[in-house]
Parts: sequence; C-alpha cells; structure tokens
Amino acid sequence: MTDERVPIELRVEALEQLLVERGLVDSAVMDKYIAMYERDVGPLNGAHVVARAWTDPGYKERLLADGTAAVAELGYKGPQGEHVVVLENTPAVHNVVVCTLCSCYPWPLLGLPPSWYKDPAYRSRMVREPRAVLAEMGLRLPEDVEVRVWDSSSEVRYFVLPARPAGTEGLPEDQLVPLVTRDAMVGVAQVTP
Amino acid sequence: MTLPIQLDVGSPAAPPRSNGELVFAEPWEGRAFGLAVAACEVGAFAWEDFRQALIARIAARPQAPYYVCWFEALERVLAVEGQVRERAALLAARPAGHDHAMER
Repeated sequence: MTDERVPIELRVEALEQLLVERGLVDSAVMDKYIAMYERDVGPLNGAHVVARAWTDPGYKERLLADGTAAVAELGYKGPQGEHVVVLENTPAVHNVVVCTLCSCYPWPLLGLPPSWYKDPAYRSRMVREPRAVLAEMGLRLPEDVEVRVWDSSSEVRYFVLPARPAGTEGLPEDQLVPLVTRDAMVGVAQVTP
Repeated sequence: MTLPIQLDVGSPAAPPRSNGELVFAEPWEGRAFGLAVAACEVGAFAWEDFRQALIARIAARPQAPYYVCWFEALERVLAVEGQVRERAALLAARPAGHDHAMER
C-alpha cells in the first residue's frame, strides 16, 4: 500500500540510494547530467527563432528588419523582450553581445542570463579584447573575421543569429532547434552539427 | 556537446520549462530528473518505455505535479515501488537533526 505521507523528497532519496547500491547510478555522474540539461537544452524560444530563420527566408528577412515583431510572431514576448535587434553572423562578421552596465538580456528568448554574463570581467573585457575572451571561452576565430561587440541596454536587446552549420542543409526546422545553444545566440560560440 | 537523450518538446510528456530553460522548483526535482537520465544511460530501461509510463502517469493524474509523475514513472519502469517505499519509510524514521549530507 502506498504511504502518501512519506514526502516525495524522501522517496527520491530512497530511489537514489537503491540505484547507487546496485551500481546503476553514480551520484557524480547524475550531477553532470542535471547540469548539462539545465545549461544546454534551453533556451528553446531563441532556438526556435533561429531554426525558423534558417529554414524560412521570408521570416529571416522580417527578423533582421524588426526583431521584436518577428519574435512576437512566434509568440515570444514579455518583460525584458522589448526592442530586440537581431545580428546575423556571416563568414566575414562575428557578432557577440555583452551588457557593460548590468546584465540586460533578452529573457523571453534566452531565459535568465548565465552567471558569466553577469560577471564584471566578461562585461569589461569583452569590449576591450573580444578575441582573447572568446578564445578563453573556446571560440577561436580566424584573423580575417571581423568581430563586432554589441552593448545591450534597456533600450536595445541584441540577439545573435548564428550561422547555420555546414552539413545541416537537409534538416527540417524541428531537427535544427536542438542544435542551437544559448552561447551561440549570445555570440560566444558557434553552432555545430 | 551531444546530449545523451533527446527530451520531448511540446508533447504532454515534455518537462516544464520557463523561458526555455528546464526548471527545477526544488532540489528533489533535479535529482529525479538526473536519476532517470543516468539510469537510462546505463541501459536500465529504454527511454521510450519511460516516456510511455510518464504519459500514462500524467494522464491518470492530470493535477499531480509534473516531477511527481516523472518519479513514479521511473519507479514503474524500474519495478522498484515496494523497495522505494520501504527505504523511504526508514529514511523518514531518522532521528531529528540527523545530518543527511554527512552520511553520503
């Protein structure tokens, strides 16, 4: 008979103990999965916008012309989502977003900002030495690629449209969405297939 | 980075998200989530079986919190409901002030 009075957190703890004892689960590995999904699965709204722009040239045109309106077309609006300006990454230009003053960020598209985005070092150094900061974050850009740094504010929230990776030409929108990471939409990473 | 399991998006069995991020309202929700992913990764069950159990659980109790359904679906595919119940009763009987963290 189920004892509904046993709190759910104890039931979860009990199952974790059992699975660890059986050797099925390692608590450290679990921590890694939890962190991985929290960090990399989202932010879905922005990923939908990117995948739509990659597959629908008309949408991409509207998105680049008026980010706020095109994003609202897909139903994404809300606090901190006003005045979205979309920046397109190309083979010649790489855009990266920072908020030098605080942590302005397009919430409805990307969720809440990660801790590094709020870090004073990121905020000041990305403006002064973007290539060095990007390299430290794992993104090495060829010398002939121009890096443009954009300072988000309460008036304008920048959002990067990453380049569609080679080899994904045949993929439909719903299979492109999971490829698009938050970091790519901030401009500190590229999308990989 | 390649994710081990493709999560549902938009179906009745999809985890709740806020602003596109997965949201764990309490730590146990994150543990329940991680247990399912980790156990599936070592082959304890097929993800599709878990997904079907979750859909059934949610359909049976639409008002129940999502991660309670998630956890109970996980118990089901692992067939450990009885053992979990016994172990949880033992944990509930721990003396007050017992430091759970020290025991791990």
